[in-house]
Formats: sequence, structure tokens, C-alpha cells
Amino acid sequence: MATDTAAPISVRPTPALNVGFVFKRACISALIAFGMFALMIGVRTEAGGTSAQLVYWTRFEELAAIVAAVFVGSIVVELLRHRFRHFEPANLVPRALEGPLATIRRLIAPALLGFTVLIPVIFYDQRYVLDLSILVLTYVMLGWGLNVVVGLAGLLDLGYVAFYAVGAYSYALLATTFDLSFWICLPLAGILAAFWGVLLGFPVLRLRGDYLAIVTLAFGEIIRLILINWQTVTGGPNGITGIPRPTFFGIPFTAADDGFAAVFGIEFSATHRIIFLFYLILALALLTNWVTIRLRRLPIGRAWEALREDEIACRSLGINTTTTKLTAFAVGAMFGGFAGAFFATRQGFISPESFSFLESAFILAIVVLGGMGSQLGVALAAVAMIGGFELFRGLEQYRMLVFGMAMVLMMVWRPRGLVGHRDPTVFLQHKTAISSSLVKEGHG
Amino acid sequence: MEYFAQQLINGVALGSIYGLIAIGYTMVYGIVGMINFAHGDIFMIGGFIALISFLIFVSIGLTAVPVILLLVLLVAMATTALYGWTIERIAYRPLRQSFRLAPMLSAIGMSFVLGNFAQVSQGAQVKPVPPIITGGLTLFESNNFAVQLSNVQIIVVVTTVVLLTIFSFIVARTRLGRDMRACAQDQTMAALLGVDTDRTISMTFVIGAALAAVAGVMYLLYYGVVDFYMGFIAGIKAFTAAVLGGIGSLPGAMLGGLAIGLIETFWSAYFSIEYKDVAAFSILIVVLIFMPTGILGRPEIEKV
Repeated sequence: MATDTAAPISVRPTPALNVGFVFKRACISALIAFGMFALMIGVRTEAGGTSAQLVYWTRFEELAAIVAAVFVGSIVVELLRHRFRHFEPANLVPRALEGPLATIRRLIAPALLGFTVLIPVIFYDQRYVLDLSILVLTYVMLGWGLNVVVGLAGLLDLGYVAFYAVGAYSYALLATTFDLSFWICLPLAGILAAFWGVLLGFPVLRLRGDYLAIVTLAFGEIIRLILINWQTVTGGPNGITGIPRPTFFGIPFTAADDGFAAVFGIEFSATHRIIFLFYLILALALLTNWVTIRLRRLPIGRAWEALREDEIACRSLGINTTTTKLTAFAVGAMFGGFAGAFFATRQGFISPESFSFLESAFILAIVVLGGMGSQLGVALAAVAMIGGFELFRGLEQYRMLVFGMAMVLMMVWRPRGLVGHRDPTVFLQHKTAISSSLVKEGHG
Repeated sequence: MEYFAQQLINGVALGSIYGLIAIGYTMVYGIVGMINFAHGDIFMIGGFIALISFLIFVSIGLTAVPVILLLVLLVAMATTALYGWTIERIAYRPLRQSFRLAPMLSAIGMSFVLGNFAQVSQGAQVKPVPPIITGGLTLFESNNFAVQLSNVQIIVVVTTVVLLTIFSFIVARTRLGRDMRACAQDQTMAALLGVDTDRTISMTFVIGAALAAVAGVMYLLYYGVVDFYMGFIAGIKAFTAAVLGGIGSLPGAMLGGLAIGLIETFWSAYFSIEYKDVAAFSILIVVLIFMPTGILGRPEIEKV
């Protein structure tokens, strides 16, 4: 049975610390590290003056440092393992505390929401915090959107960013070509993305598991490649510039006489638009959340979850798996489209670069880290991921390296995500939390 | 006709490289049931190791091209095998009992790590090498169009065929191959019958990585460049090849690799070079609609 922790399977609990064993392990680790890094770190290549000539120089100090670090690291890991060999996280919470903890848990979501609503008030002067919050909320929304497909319906989608791209380009093209306003384009972008979702849904109806994964990945790549190469419409790699900025229901955020500040008789500030964007994405994200929660109670939502748990049982009970899968794709894609339209209006500029596989992986990581299907978990995971990614900003070129390592460690440490339980959709008398290890992830 | 023959040759050479990478995907999938997203980056690391060791061998005064080639191949295979082994150990083994998505995300994380490790340690620029093997032979010539078979293409195809023969022998005839097939069928049962599953899985990753390293060397010979980003594109195409052929099936992986190589080459030659990847992915989707488990994949038996 799946466990929540990375159980050290290969290490048997030993009564005393075996120094020789630890030392031997560290030596082997260091040796392997030397083998791996001798050429990659020990030698640096660079294209020299003439283009076809490569020059190289050696960096033995760095190599030695890395090998030494691995040696020490291995010892530390072994010692930690020895120290925590009887560590069982399941026993950490005493039974008596479970009641109050559940109350706190119930309060987390409203408290977070309250704080989020107040962010523009608290951080009015801090443009950076506002921008970051908008980014986080965009990913919260994308995470909730993908959650419908992956978390609820159990369909593994590796190309979710395609719908984000469809939404963004729909808005950008409609707004720049036909001069339509944001509020008309937003539903159109959602509808178009949902249409693409259904379009992707059809060929994958019969596919399962990893076949589904690769087709969705291929679909995402196809969309990206078309955006890059269909220069006459999408502007190719240069993207689309001059996308209209959002207006307050027709009132632009400018310093002009008919601008937002003048109409409402307040002093003009560039922050107004940011705050409007903040509440806009907050509203969109909450809409996603609300619709998802409502849908989960409807027959279609229950059908999604039933499909994730057991497709054969689903079919035997007369659930139409075709429409169930297609609606999951369509609903997920629609929210992706909304988020895309928002992204386009916020940035004012979009290019295919923003819609790479990395984004899909990022959103999927948010959903999985959030505990697959837990709304609160997804929101917390989005905060953790974007926050973490921002923290690594100072590391510059090492940022992705550290990010990747964090992703691996996070999975090894908590494969079931941050929120390891889920609320049942339907219950008889009283709600009880279900451990997420009991929830199936679906086979596509 | 001549043009067609030329494209056929190019497509087969490219397909061989994809096939070699695809085998790594399909083997790992067959035995542990996970998509090893880092495999494309292992291929990239193989290319880098090949480049660096080639530079070193040349600078210490080796001149015989076959010797250099063999040494480069060995060094690349050995080093990359270490990467495969270590990655399995660090990122996948703790998650073996976990649910399906966990190792996959761990693999995606590992792929980022490897890609950026190469970028940080060797720089982001494209690294060109002067053509190592030149020349070739003209098969036939007509209508002022000579059908060329370059020596590199011969080496790529011959190496692939030789390695595949060795590899099929390992899988079909040796103890290790038998263990691997046993683990692929039923890991618990294999363990009960005395198969060291941990070791077998490690060896699967090692062999897969070594084959990816060969693909990396061939790529370097064929295109003369490596860069840190090549792992992603080649990786998803090879994975596409593995799925097209039916994931878990070894001949399927080779067949899928050839198919993807040919589709790409012919599409570039007759239609548009920009949309070659779109064509490859679209054909994958179309094939999967009619054959949901790929060309040679066995249909999954659903049990209640």
C-alpha cells in the first residue's frame, strides 16, 4: 500500500551506528560523483574565436569541491537516517488534538481568503507584492482548472498550457483585430478554449494512462509550434504586442479626463490598474473554485470522481464515459482559457515562449503537490511553488536547478502532496476526512 | 525517385537515433511503469560527455579516428550509465511504491535538474565540433542528382544494428534479461522467486542510459553540435516513438523511432520544415485513435 513518507526501504534499523558502513557508503557516493562530474564539471568547453573551434580548460577545484560535498552530504544523510529511523509521522498528532486541529483546518480557507482580499489594502505601496500576488492567483486559477481534469476526473493532462495559450491568443487576436472589449472577449476566450478541449478530448477518449499523457503533451507542443510558425496570424516568435489593457467596465485606467481617476474624482495612480487586475483574477479564481465545488455536487461531478476511481464500474452503472470525459476536458480548458485571457490583458504582450511544456509541468506540479483534488491544497501549493520560485530568483542561473531539485525532494518527501486528506463530496451523517492515499488517481 | 531514396536514407539514420533513445523509455516503462522524463536529458548528457572526451582524446594526441570513436563511445556509455543509476536511486526508488504521478513529477524535476546542470556547467551556447567523419559513397546518380550515403550515416545505422543485436541477446538469452522480463511481468512474484528486483531495475536504467549515450554520440557525429536544450525535443520525440510503437515493446520502440525519423525527414523534404514536428505529433495522435496501444503494443487487459 502506498505510504505518505519515503520509507527507507533498503535501510534496516541498526541498533548502533555502524561507522564503517557509513564511511564506506560515503566513499562510494563520492566515487560515483567523481565519475559523473569528472568530465561535466572538471572540463569546461567553450566555442572559441573561430566558430568551428572549441577550446576547453579544466576546473579541478570545483570538481574537488563537489566530490567533497557529496562525501559529506552522504555522511549527513546517513546520520539523519540513523537518527530518525523510527520516525513515524502518522503518530505525531495525538488523538486528543485531532478535534481542535480539524477546527483550525476548517478555518484556514476563510482566513486565507480574508487575507487575500485585504492584500491590496495592506500592500498598497508595494508594487512587487501586488504583482506577485496576481501571478500566484493566476496559477491558483490554473491549478484549480487543471484540478478538474487531473484531480477530479483522473485524466492525466500534460498539455494544459495549450488551453492557456488558446485563451491568451483568442483574447489578443479578438481585441487587436476586432477591437472587442475585455468583457466580451473573456467568455469568447473561455468558449474557444473549451472547444479546443473537446477537440483534444475526442481522440483521447479510448486512450488510457500514459498514452493519454503523451497525446496531451503532443497536443500542447502542436499548439505551441503552430503559434510559432503561423506567422501571418500569430506573429510567430515575436508574439502579439499592443494588447488592450483592461478597463473598468469601459472606463480606462489613464490619467485622461475620462479615465478611472477623473471619473471617480480621485488622484491618478498607476496602482489602480494593478489593484483592479488583482481583484479581477481573484474573482476569476473564486469563480473557478465555486463552479468546481458546485459541479462536484452535481451528477456530472460525481461521474468525474467515479470515473477516476473505476472506469469499468462507471460504465457498468450506465454512466456515459464519453460525455463525462469530454465535459471534464471542456470545463478544465475553459478555466485555462479564462486565465489565458487574463494573462494577455495583464501582460499586454504574449509570445509562444510563455506557453512551453515547463508551464504545463509547473501547473501539474501544483495540482499534485496540492494533493490532487483538494481545492485548498492546490491554492497552498501554488503559493509555495511561486513563492519558492521567487525566493530562488537571487540564484539566477541556478534557479531552475534548485527548482528541479526541490521538485524531486518534495515528491520523495511527500508524494501525496501538502494536503494529505480530502473532503468527501457526499456523506451520510458527518463529514470525515479521507486520506488521499485512498483516492485513486485514475487511469485516464 | 532519387530524391526519395536520399530522404529514405536520411530518415533511417535519424530514426535509428530516435530508436536508441526510445528503447530506454520503453524498457523503463515496461519494468517500472513510469515515464522517465529525464531520459531525454540523459541523452543530452551523453552528447556532452562525448564532446568533452573527444576534445580530450584529440588533444592528448590520438589520431586514429576508429580508436577515438570507440573510446568516446565507451566513456560516454560508462559515464551516462552512472547518471542513469544515480537518478534511479535518488529520484525514483523511494517512490516505487507510490502512486503513478509521483515518480513522473520527480522525473520531470530531474529533467530540469539535468538540463540546467548542463547549462550551468558548460554554458548555454551551442557547441559545434568540426566534422569528425567525412566522406561517403555515391550509391547511384541520375538526373543530375546523386544519392549519397555518408560514412556517418553508415556508422549510425551499423552501430544501431550492432547494439540492438547485443541488446536483444541480453534480453532474450542472459540471466539479466530473464530477470528483467520477470520483473516486467510481476515484480512481487519475481522477488519471491529470488530475483533481485532492485538490482534488475537499476540495471534497466543503466542499460537504457548507455543506449541513450550511444544515441548522444551518434547525434554529435551526425549533426556536429550539442546544446543543453536538445534533450527535451529529442526526448519527447523518442517518447512519441516509443508510444507509437507500443510502449513496453522493444521492437516497437525501434519501429516507432524509424517511423518518427522517416515522417520528420519526408515532411521536411516534401512539405515544410517548420511543421515537421507538428506532422510527427499529429500522426501519433491519428495512429493512437485507431490503435490505442500503439503499433506493436499489447492491449491492456482490464480487470475488475
